[in-house]
Amino acid sequence: MSDTHYTTSHEYIRVDGGEGIIGITDYAQAQLGDVVFVDLPPIGKSLSKGTEAATVESVKAAAEVNAPVSGTVVEVNGALADTPALVNEDPSGEGWFVKIKLADTSELATLMDENAYREFLKTVS
Amino acid sequence: MRYLPLNAEDRAEMLARAGVASIDTLFADIPKAKRLDHDLDLPMRKTEMDVERLLSGLAAKNVAAGSVPFFAGAGAYKHHVPASVDHLIQRSEFLTSYTPYQPEIAQGTLQTIFEFQTQVAALTALDVANASMYDGSTATVEAVAMARRITGRSKAILSGGLHPHYAEAVRTVSTMAGEETEVLAPDVFAAEDFCSLIDADTSCVVVQNPDFFGNLRDLSAIAATCKTKGALLVGVFTEVVSLGLIQPPGAMGADIVVGEGQSIGNRLNFGGPYVGLFATKTKYLRQIPGRLCGQTVDASGRRGFVLTLSTREQHIRRDKATSNICTNSGLASLAFSIHMTLLGDAGLRRLATINHAHAVDLADRLTAVPGVQVLNKTFFNEFTLRIAGDAAQAIERMAEMGVLGGVPVSRLLPGRGLDDLILAASTEINTDADREAFADALQGALSC
Amino acid sequence: MLMRPKESIEVAVPEKQTFTGNRGLDIEEGLIFETGRPENTGVDLDEPAPFAHRLGSLERQEPAGLPGLSEPETMRHYVRLSRMNYAIDAGIYPLGSCTMKHNPRLNEAMARLPGFADIHPLQPQSTVQGALELIAELARWLMVLTGMDAVAMSPRAGAHGEACGMMVIKAAIAAKGEGETRKIVLVPESAHGTNPASAAGAGFEVRPVPARPDGTLDPAAVRERLGPDVAAIMLTNPNTCGLFEKDIVEIASLVHEAGAYFYCDGANFNAIMGKTRPGDLGVDAMHINLHKTFSTPHGGGGPGAGPVVLSSLLAPFAPVPFLRREENGLQLVEHPSEAPGALGRIAAFHGQMGMFVRAFAYMLSHGADGLRQAAEDAVLNANYVRAGLKDLMSEPFGDRTCMHEVLFDEGWLKPTGLTALDFAKAMIDEGFHPMTIYFPLVAHGAMLIEPTESESKASLDLFVATLRDLALAAKRGAMERFAGAPHLAPRSRLDETRAARSPVLKWEKKSKITPLT
Repeated sequence: MSDTHYTTSHEYIRVDGGEGIIGITDYAQAQLGDVVFVDLPPIGKSLSKGTEAATVESVKAAAEVNAPVSGTVVEVNGALADTPALVNEDPSGEGWFVKIKLADTSELATLMDENAYREFLKTVS
Repeated sequence: MRYLPLNAEDRAEMLARAGVASIDTLFADIPKAKRLDHDLDLPMRKTEMDVERLLSGLAAKNVAAGSVPFFAGAGAYKHHVPASVDHLIQRSEFLTSYTPYQPEIAQGTLQTIFEFQTQVAALTALDVANASMYDGSTATVEAVAMARRITGRSKAILSGGLHPHYAEAVRTVSTMAGEETEVLAPDVFAAEDFCSLIDADTSCVVVQNPDFFGNLRDLSAIAATCKTKGALLVGVFTEVVSLGLIQPPGAMGADIVVGEGQSIGNRLNFGGPYVGLFATKTKYLRQIPGRLCGQTVDASGRRGFVLTLSTREQHIRRDKATSNICTNSGLASLAFSIHMTLLGDAGLRRLATINHAHAVDLADRLTAVPGVQVLNKTFFNEFTLRIAGDAAQAIERMAEMGVLGGVPVSRLLPGRGLDDLILAASTEINTDADREAFADALQGALSC
Repeated sequence: MLMRPKESIEVAVPEKQTFTGNRGLDIEEGLIFETGRPENTGVDLDEPAPFAHRLGSLERQEPAGLPGLSEPETMRHYVRLSRMNYAIDAGIYPLGSCTMKHNPRLNEAMARLPGFADIHPLQPQSTVQGALELIAELARWLMVLTGMDAVAMSPRAGAHGEACGMMVIKAAIAAKGEGETRKIVLVPESAHGTNPASAAGAGFEVRPVPARPDGTLDPAAVRERLGPDVAAIMLTNPNTCGLFEKDIVEIASLVHEAGAYFYCDGANFNAIMGKTRPGDLGVDAMHINLHKTFSTPHGGGGPGAGPVVLSSLLAPFAPVPFLRREENGLQLVEHPSEAPGALGRIAAFHGQMGMFVRAFAYMLSHGADGLRQAAEDAVLNANYVRAGLKDLMSEPFGDRTCMHEVLFDEGWLKPTGLTALDFAKAMIDEGFHPMTIYFPLVAHGAMLIEPTESESKASLDLFVATLRDLALAAKRGAMERFAGAPHLAPRSRLDETRAARSPVLKWEKKSKITPLT
């Protein structure tokens, strides 16, 4: 999992070749509580770094999932429509949100790696 | 003061407990120069008897609908409300409870909302309904805003048969939000053609049925056109009793249906409070404004109800909410629901049939008055008269004769050359004698 | 303390349900769709004589399928349901920022006089002069109480009033030719959610303003954000932390100097009526929740009424309808064409007359002296509660007096592992409606208590004693008081996740949930 990168707003992107899978971290899902709804973007939508890629809702909160880097949506996790609980149960696996084709891989350098994110978490709680 | 439990001794003791020397200390954050050190120039407290006397005096200056032959409609209708309805809504537990934010001790309100939502969805023939809006006009404003969110388009087309107050409200609010509204010319004969007007910018077409002039409109064709062109059809009604007898907008293809529910369970109240009904298709669920009540279970597995899908609402989404609405028409929607429970399908259909029968009878009687013409081919309980004279003057003259004989169209549509039109409604409250009195009074008014 | 409860009693939940699911006077009640039938009705209506209908081809094809119940069945249904509700008539309802005060029944009786309840909004104005006089008098009281020059009576509720105020401001800005430049509305983070929603609905962009550590707004923070692009600030005063914005006059001047307007959310006007006037503080527009300050009943969520008082600068832009006194009495100005340049119309007809009558009856009953006393008692009651609890609970903005409501946070609960929600739910078992929790957002785990002036000292003593008992139980780890609470309410904690994940928003024949266990 060395090619997973993190944002300070608790999104991750797991990069494989020129594509990356975006989701929210375990910390983020715990903060949100039971996820009840996920709103995903249309395929083909182009996202720029830091803009809204999806929204995720719990009973009493709604949060934006921002694109960690720029890219074009190539796939979304359709399973979340019926089973939003996947975000809680397996945020880094089955509970992913969006797959994008990266526009500029150099943007990854602005993100944290797993160790850095772990250190970052210590500062926020 | 009878509403204030504290006496001087309490106050002194409590101030001491609060650790302050005087009540003024508690108001110390108000800039001194801005503090009032005297009572305002308003009357001092009054006894219950005095308030009754004063307000009864004001009330007596008004002509109550029930005291005369009465035929005004135009978006507000006088119907008979069973005594049990008003009794039940004055139960302390309904009247003096708050929005059901603590569901464990608000199941009464929540279940009634769930039942209300089910009733409204069934009446309008749509999938889901919300827990109410303020009234029909503001519900229409919200429907137009919702259509814009769904379609991403900016222009709403409002039928010339839409209640003029509703159209004005939509135009005002839309203009302020930077959106476009096309209000069509008053359409007395339901002859307008929308199809050529709908373009790629059109978010929705808003059509009322029965329309403002009383005509019944088949929405099917316009619904089909909307669908083809990617716009939504918003169906509006101002007389909910009509849904007992005529095709509901949902069955004719409307995507959003909004309307005024005052006729069921609620009095005229000089225009408010009323109750806005709002229903739509399941696929638009996340764009609905206002509260929704949903079914769930409690920790012991018992059925219960909660407010749900709240992430649409202002208290969570703030400036990104689907609407700013918070307080809605709670008690008025309860009155609606109780009255509808008493009626049921059979009662509603009977009530609607009587309304229609009375209106047909009234139309026949008025047609017989020289100089009076009924313009409608179809109608439910209200229709448009053309008279040989000024409608507003005729209404005033009839009022002097003790008959409240409808609404002059020019009151809502001034300066449009419609000064000879009267909207007349007849509901179940009118007797044969009332209708005869109307015909006589109109004849008298026209011959002055 | 008069009525301090004995040692807290640990209550076991009955493990076995009764045959009916009822428990004594708590009676379970099904849905009307389960008990009623479409062919039944509780209303007797004579069948009309045969006639030729004029429906064209538009007769309803499919019946709605609505069940009907006879009158006795209907009475039982709703009476049973009503008993599952908490109510102000039954006990203290300390919801902060909601002002759940006593709803006098005189108001209900007056609103039901046929001369008010049974008049049509469009019947000739000569036949409703008494109603128009009442509206004019109520408007005068509101203007005197607030020190403002005009009032728009038509808004249906607080949020509708906010929208009205924002639109009036937008119209005023447009009239100055600044419509294209002034697009921002400043809203403090402690604001009620309706504020940003109303501003956004009127086409403004919302910018937050943070509060100072003392919970009030810093004029410097406002000045920093003001500019030629700012249209207005929306401020609640007293704010939602129960504190009076002590720099309000300076903030108002800054806002005006920058060419913007000052909108005040009047939700908390109850604290200051008769003590100061918003007009004197520099407010340009403010809505008044008649269903809070002036006692019209909340009715389980409405209806309300939200008249908006306006300064002389904004008065020309007020929406129709408004009243004009003419030779032949009061006349409504109803059509936008009669008020060119003004806002237009924001809803049908003339406003919430039923609420106007109730509010006016309340005002007349109190008089200038009684309203002032009510504000003082409301503030005193809040401070009395504060004094009774502050040694056990934590205050986010330090040890200081409050206005009509007192804000605690859940900091004091942290060592116990309990949350504001747990505490609130345990209050239900003790027979109290909880305070507002998790609002305002500026406090972590907010617990906002507004007792109002309607509570007696004895009522507050019991309330404080109970909360103290619960607080001490929490601190000593008596988790059974909190775990899974409430246990004694008509329902235990409801599964809100389930409700939101697969929404069931109406009754359907094939429901996944059986009526009773």
